[in-house]
Amino acid sequence: MNAMAPTISETVKAVASREMSCVEVVRASLKRLDEVNADLNAFLQVFHERSLARAAELDAGLADGGVATPSLLGVPVALKDNICTDFGRTTCGSRMLEKYESPFAATAVAKLINAGAIVVGKTNLDEFAMGGSGENSAFGATRNPHDLSRVPGGSSSGSAAAVAAGVVPLALGSDTGGSIRQPAAFCGLVGVKPTYGRVSRHGLVAFASSLDQIGTLTRTVRDAAIALSAICGLDPLDATSTDKPLPDLLVQLDEPIHWLKVGVPRQARSEANHPAVAAMFEDAVRRLAGIGATIVDIDLPMIDHGVAAYYIVAPAEASSNLARFDGIRYGRQATPAPGTADALTELYCRSRSEGFGPEVQRRIMLGTHVLSSGYYDAYYTTALKVRRRLKADYDAAFAAGCHAVLTPTTPGPAFKIGEKSGDPLAMYLEDVYTVGVNLAGLPGVSVPAGDVAIEGKHLPLGVQFVGPAFEEAMLLRVARMFERAG
Amino acid sequence: MSSADPSILSASQVRKIAALSRLSPTDEEVERYRHQLSAIITYVNRLKELDLSGVEPLAHVGDTTNRLDEDVPGPTLPTATLMAMAPRTWDAFVRVPKVIGEGGGA
Repeated sequence: MNAMAPTISETVKAVASREMSCVEVVRASLKRLDEVNADLNAFLQVFHERSLARAAELDAGLADGGVATPSLLGVPVALKDNICTDFGRTTCGSRMLEKYESPFAATAVAKLINAGAIVVGKTNLDEFAMGGSGENSAFGATRNPHDLSRVPGGSSSGSAAAVAAGVVPLALGSDTGGSIRQPAAFCGLVGVKPTYGRVSRHGLVAFASSLDQIGTLTRTVRDAAIALSAICGLDPLDATSTDKPLPDLLVQLDEPIHWLKVGVPRQARSEANHPAVAAMFEDAVRRLAGIGATIVDIDLPMIDHGVAAYYIVAPAEASSNLARFDGIRYGRQATPAPGTADALTELYCRSRSEGFGPEVQRRIMLGTHVLSSGYYDAYYTTALKVRRRLKADYDAAFAAGCHAVLTPTTPGPAFKIGEKSGDPLAMYLEDVYTVGVNLAGLPGVSVPAGDVAIEGKHLPLGVQFVGPAFEEAMLLRVARMFERAG
Repeated sequence: MSSADPSILSASQVRKIAALSRLSPTDEEVERYRHQLSAIITYVNRLKELDLSGVEPLAHVGDTTNRLDEDVPGPTLPTATLMAMAPRTWDAFVRVPKVIGEGGGA
């Protein structure tokens, strides 16, 4: 399942030069979607008619002429189904929201559409974005286009599979602890988690509000830069969105950074890494040295404690955020047993137990526990102290002159469907390199860095660059230097 | 994991956490969650070994100052749209089970 579809850059160029119409682009995307989705289960919803109608509208506008080409003109996009659209459903991969139709669109979606993008479908995900494999969806697991017996990663599982299979050149995901970067690595894509506050969270169904960010899955760094330029920005509807101006991400993208300095933490060479990841990582370091980068050995001691801190902070916030799903105002309500007057509390409990899957229930309970009286300081406050130390670790590396910090994105390649699903802790440990970036609020990008042949399939591997807060322009230049040297 | 490890949850603790979480797991689920949550809690207990004296907790990386908006009314969602999302309604009200008297208790 090689991705042969055009990139964002190619699509916009073809549409702007009238080489292809938007309708032709969308038809090709839908055709590919219909070919692969039975195997991949990447899409929960497809907007056949709607996307073609929108494409026809854009074509009509083009025929009238006179308008500058918007940056995503005619680009078919897929949206993770925890990002609200004011058409169709927004299920979050959950029985709780199986029939939920959001009355508003996420700011990031409105921005994409304003930039000329066409939404072809909503993608599968781990329920409420909780998971790292795509297996936690109430609507079935998504499969990795590179090997259908393996997971595509998660939680942005369908978004990654859709881009990797060549259905769309761009999908939005959300990243709370690695949910864009890890599937990007498993599917051979560029996955960006922007700095906390860069992209409005309005319309992103909340999982852990101090960690959640919307970001992009694309095939190239340039496409990531184009897409990010469209979705970033201050939003009055998200008080945590930043008013820091976004520099032009494209103007210097291809210019190498002179005296590039990349920090490589001791912890990135963990013995727990899969041998193929260890070998890939040394190749990546050599590739950077080969283009003149200075490689600096650094120490980020708190990386080793990031997973523990994350699995306190994220569930704590989730237990609070998901309290809103009570089965009363919207979402799934349990059917009251006939002839009995259901007490309110019982109705809450039954609606939530029926509506949430096991991983979501586990995290709600974990979060409730760590926030409960007698445990709050021991767990939650301790985790927040580790969070500050972790951020200080990264800050020190940047203060010492590193443009970026390099780690593998994941300790191993995509695993088999079912391989880790019975052991939540083993699944959590997959997040070792990604969660710290969310806790510190930094931008991170996963870039393809080779593959490993296992059982006759080529499984992609990725490296992660982490940059200083709000330095996406520089981070993408580093990623582009690495990509081009490959 | 020894049985003396205080991080190992008892079934009654799991039931209490579930009740606080407004969840009603079956006995079988309680047992499964007890094992899984105990494993996770045992793992996160490693943080207790760190010396974190003098470190201030960091709850949020965002700006610490509030940004005030102009006090101008903006568009809001129509009541009818929101009411249409409620599973059970009665006239202009969202319908809930009786909360006062017998069978009540929220």
